[in-house]
Amino acid sequence: MSQITLSHSEEHHEAHGHHHETFLSKYVFSQDHKMIAKQFLITGIIMGVFAMFLSVLFRLQLGWPDKDFPILETFLGKWAEGGRIKPEFFLSLVTIHGTIMVFFVLTAGLSGTFSNLLIPYQLGARDMASPFMNMLSYWFFLTACVIMIGSFFVESGPAAAGWTIYPPLSAVPTAISGSGLGMTLWLTSMTLFIASQVLGGINYISTVLNMRTKGMDFWKMPLTIWAFFLTAITGLLSFPVLVSAVVLLIFDRSFGTSFYLSDLVVQGQILPNEGGSPILFEHLFWFLGHPEVYIVLMPALGLTSEVISTNSRKPIFGYHAMVYSLIGITVLSFIVWGHHMFVTGMNPFLGGVFMITTLIIAVPSAVKSFNYLATLWRGNIRFTPAMMFAIGMVSFFISGGLTGIYLGNSSLDINLHDTYFVVAHFHLVMGSASIFGMLCGVYHWYPKMFGRLMDERLGYLHFWVTFIGAYLVFFPMHFMGIDGVPRRYYAFTEFPFMAKWLTVNTFITWAAIFAALGQVAFLVNFFGSIRWGKKAPQNPWGSNTLEWTTPVKHIHGNWPGEIPTVHRWPYDYSKPGHEEDFIPQTVPFSATMSSNLPHDFEGNPEAERLQKEWEVQNKPEEQKDLKG
Amino acid sequence: MSVKKHNFFRILFCVVLLMGLMIRPGVYAQTTDSTSTSTSATSNVASAGKDTSASAGKDTSAAAAPAAATSAVAPAATSSSTAAAPAEEVKKPIDPQVYINFFYYVLLFFLVCVVIGIIGKILRVYELTSTMQGKKGLNKNSVQGALFLVSLFVGLYGVYWSFEHHGGMAWHEAATEHGKRVDAMFIVTTVITTFVLVVMHIAMFSFAFIYRGKPKAKAYFYPHNNTIEKIWTIVPAIVLTILVLFGFFTWRSITNVPEDLQKSAMQVEVMGAQFQWTIRYAGRDNVVGKRNYKLTSTTNDMGIDFTDKASWDDIQGGEIVLPVNQPVRFHIISKDILHSFYIPYFRVQINAVPGMTNYFQFTPTITTQQMRDKLDDQNFNYTLLCAKICGAGHYNMQKNIRVVSEKEYKAWLAEQTYFYNDDMRKEFKMAQSTNNTNQTVLEGGVK
Ligand code: HEM
Ligand SMILES: [Cu+2]
Ligand SMILES: [Cu+2]
Repeated sequence: MSQITLSHSEEHHEAHGHHHETFLSKYVFSQDHKMIAKQFLITGIIMGVFAMFLSVLFRLQLGWPDKDFPILETFLGKWAEGGRIKPEFFLSLVTIHGTIMVFFVLTAGLSGTFSNLLIPYQLGARDMASPFMNMLSYWFFLTACVIMIGSFFVESGPAAAGWTIYPPLSAVPTAISGSGLGMTLWLTSMTLFIASQVLGGINYISTVLNMRTKGMDFWKMPLTIWAFFLTAITGLLSFPVLVSAVVLLIFDRSFGTSFYLSDLVVQGQILPNEGGSPILFEHLFWFLGHPEVYIVLMPALGLTSEVISTNSRKPIFGYHAMVYSLIGITVLSFIVWGHHMFVTGMNPFLGGVFMITTLIIAVPSAVKSFNYLATLWRGNIRFTPAMMFAIGMVSFFISGGLTGIYLGNSSLDINLHDTYFVVAHFHLVMGSASIFGMLCGVYHWYPKMFGRLMDERLGYLHFWVTFIGAYLVFFPMHFMGIDGVPRRYYAFTEFPFMAKWLTVNTFITWAAIFAALGQVAFLVNFFGSIRWGKKAPQNPWGSNTLEWTTPVKHIHGNWPGEIPTVHRWPYDYSKPGHEEDFIPQTVPFSATMSSNLPHDFEGNPEAERLQKEWEVQNKPEEQKDLKG
Repeated sequence: MSVKKHNFFRILFCVVLLMGLMIRPGVYAQTTDSTSTSTSATSNVASAGKDTSASAGKDTSAAAAPAAATSAVAPAATSSSTAAAPAEEVKKPIDPQVYINFFYYVLLFFLVCVVIGIIGKILRVYELTSTMQGKKGLNKNSVQGALFLVSLFVGLYGVYWSFEHHGGMAWHEAATEHGKRVDAMFIVTTVITTFVLVVMHIAMFSFAFIYRGKPKAKAYFYPHNNTIEKIWTIVPAIVLTILVLFGFFTWRSITNVPEDLQKSAMQVEVMGAQFQWTIRYAGRDNVVGKRNYKLTSTTNDMGIDFTDKASWDDIQGGEIVLPVNQPVRFHIISKDILHSFYIPYFRVQINAVPGMTNYFQFTPTITTQQMRDKLDDQNFNYTLLCAKICGAGHYNMQKNIRVVSEKEYKAWLAEQTYFYNDDMRKEFKMAQSTNNTNQTVLEGGVK
């Protein structure tokens, strides 16, 4: 395998050089994993900014429900007549915000960027298993993005049934105008999106399975790769179920079937549908939907594991436990979806079972957080911006994860379901944690992507503004939820008991604006550094993994000569007996006799013998200290 | 040198910006005065005639269509649009002042950016000079590590403050029997999670500070420790098991009501619709009569099937009135789309799903008056909300709930009207006698 790719790429470099590459083939229809990663990232960032802008718009409404913002009318037109967002459009904003954030930013933008960038790099592969499918994956994704944003320009408005698009609301256009053409576009966009995810997922999985370089067995893979691999498996198993849900919904909408519809009298009109059930949709949706939150989260966990280890200059604590927790989360994530449906009328006994599985999944998550802390303990921590974001990610993961214990408990969920408590919970654990994981990845691998470094100061500014802003926005929401304030409310003015939250809401909106403006620091830094950033050295962070052995300048096929061979796990940081505080994976044990541990040779008597001999000769007095 | 030049231009720019902003207060006074804006707006109609007439044609046609479709809804929107639509056909154009104000905000933000940029530059210059003079300068690891420590203290205080402040606003006693059990569990969970939250953050941020990087230090190579890992797998597992068991049994006790208790409870049906709740009390026989959605009409909003005699004594409630300390079994249905029957004070929530009936049985224990006294708020009322997104009026789908003594309840119930009133009776009789075929269809449709 590697022989073939090797000769292929050498021929490419030595003989053809760059003269085959036109602008189109290099930047647009690229099949190179590095370029596709950048395409995903930049598209993801644009979508993220857009969705964040939407959230600021509806936060304006929630913060000042009685105030006009005439400027809104200029660019929203009839949707904000007199400078006041209309209730239906508010719901559209919330819906598209959620959809874009979850799917386009944190699924495609995160996995798409870093799986594409790092799987070949960290495994020692020339490219993805199928570069062409990889390109298709991006183009499907981009088309989906365009359609999703395009739905803002249709007469009846974009989809407005929430990102979960529960029917019948999403199926009956007379119930809400967003369920007309807007919902059709939403469904089309999501179908294309899923096609993109499946193409990408197959590629990631087959690359991890087949294209690891010599010596890279599974237990030598960095946690990033483990995370991407398991994420891709999760996605591949769950996204098709969403397709089926979507297709049945399309049938109900357009062909008069009754999969989800029964006994409806909408706006005085008796509909003929009988025998369907919206609960069916909920099951299908959450069969994807819950794994989806781990699809969003696991890459972030992988990226931060890598960054925390590198910048603590310490091996990640409990590498095996980290992998097993990821596997545990992957498996369990498929049997907990019912916790979104405790109060839907699903059989209550089933609810009890889902509660049990849900709280089990908290155990691997807890193990992961403890292991992060243990990795920081007695480290020699370098606070690069990436490291800051990684620490922030762990903080959000903890505080958001803990509120999951409430929501996973069906008795408590009775009073918290569909309230702002849920909004707070998932924004911390899924929104903020994953975004921080993604940003951590961007700051850390920017030199690998663009050959330049990002500005550190702006990075710190960005971190603190975002970290503080996110907590200020989402922490108070817990309390609104406990008081019983439901989510997806256009205004909190109609119920007397919600009036007391008005000041809190105004405060949250200010915090959201503050955090949103803070992202300008990132955008300036990101796009500015492409041109003006400091030139990056080959291995700026003193990292062990393979991607840092490639030249700074991108070349087709990644390594100019032979693909490096891997000799050790990726976390030999600050190993006693070695003078540098890192040992790249490519360094053989024979070159580090002074730092080898008995543990390193498990199952290889020959190596153990050599090591013993060397030790007897060189430092007999240290032998008793060497424990695995 | 070039750096200095740069700064000079920036400062110049700031000065210009500041001057621009000085003009602002006067401008602002105009906009806050609403009458002056409206007069200026009308004068603008004339002045900006060309560009409004172009856009107005589009806008009115666009606005007409959705207005018809959602006329039932849009409470806030209708009021504002009626106010904004006087006799004249032309829509009010957007006051140019709006753009100017917006522009000022953008400038203001730009100014902030510039200031931050300058602070950054100053810091860099400071750092460069101090390293040139051979001083240690600001070590970025120390600075950020210290910031983490500060953020730990500020954060902990913030959490404390928020718990006390917002927690006080949010927390209220449950007014139902099962609610007390839910609350006990809520408190136990809160104690555990808050403890973990605080301890984990103290650990993490103090590690960040204590082990901040120093040039000569070396980290401690510590790849794993099976004992520790076992401990922190098993301890959360045990804690969670306890919570699960606690939760599971509470959940079963709420949802799994024995059959005889189900029958003996008072039966009330609640139907969610866009955007109101309809209440049907079961009447003397304590049986909610059958309904068939196909019978829905303007007079028979719930589609009650009056061939079922059990429906004849069903009573329509203008609000929900419940006798205290008496079990009540709610049958939750939906007329159109999903809604959610949610009463925060009762710790009650269940979705209203078209095509099926959901049940929630509970016993209110505190009357409205008692709760008012407790809260020291004589305007307090229990309310039913909708917690499942259902369209434009979702945020205002409420029903008043009163918990009263048995006597008051009886008195109130006697005042309510039957669904099967004289008009209905006539209509029904007529349908039965004149149209036999229709009658059979009706019966066939009844489930
Ligand atoms: C700029 C930062 C953000 C702010 C201020 C913000 C604010 C909000 C608010 C207030 C809601 C609830 C609206 C309502 O229920 O009425 C919401 C909904 C939502 N947000 Fe965010 N959000 C932000 C970022 C994110 C991120 C990063 C994610 C990624 C997971 C995300 C995902 C969602 C989802 C899935 C919903 C639910 C949409 C729905 O109800 O259908 N948000 N956001
Ligand atoms: Cu879930
Ligand atoms: Cu609703």
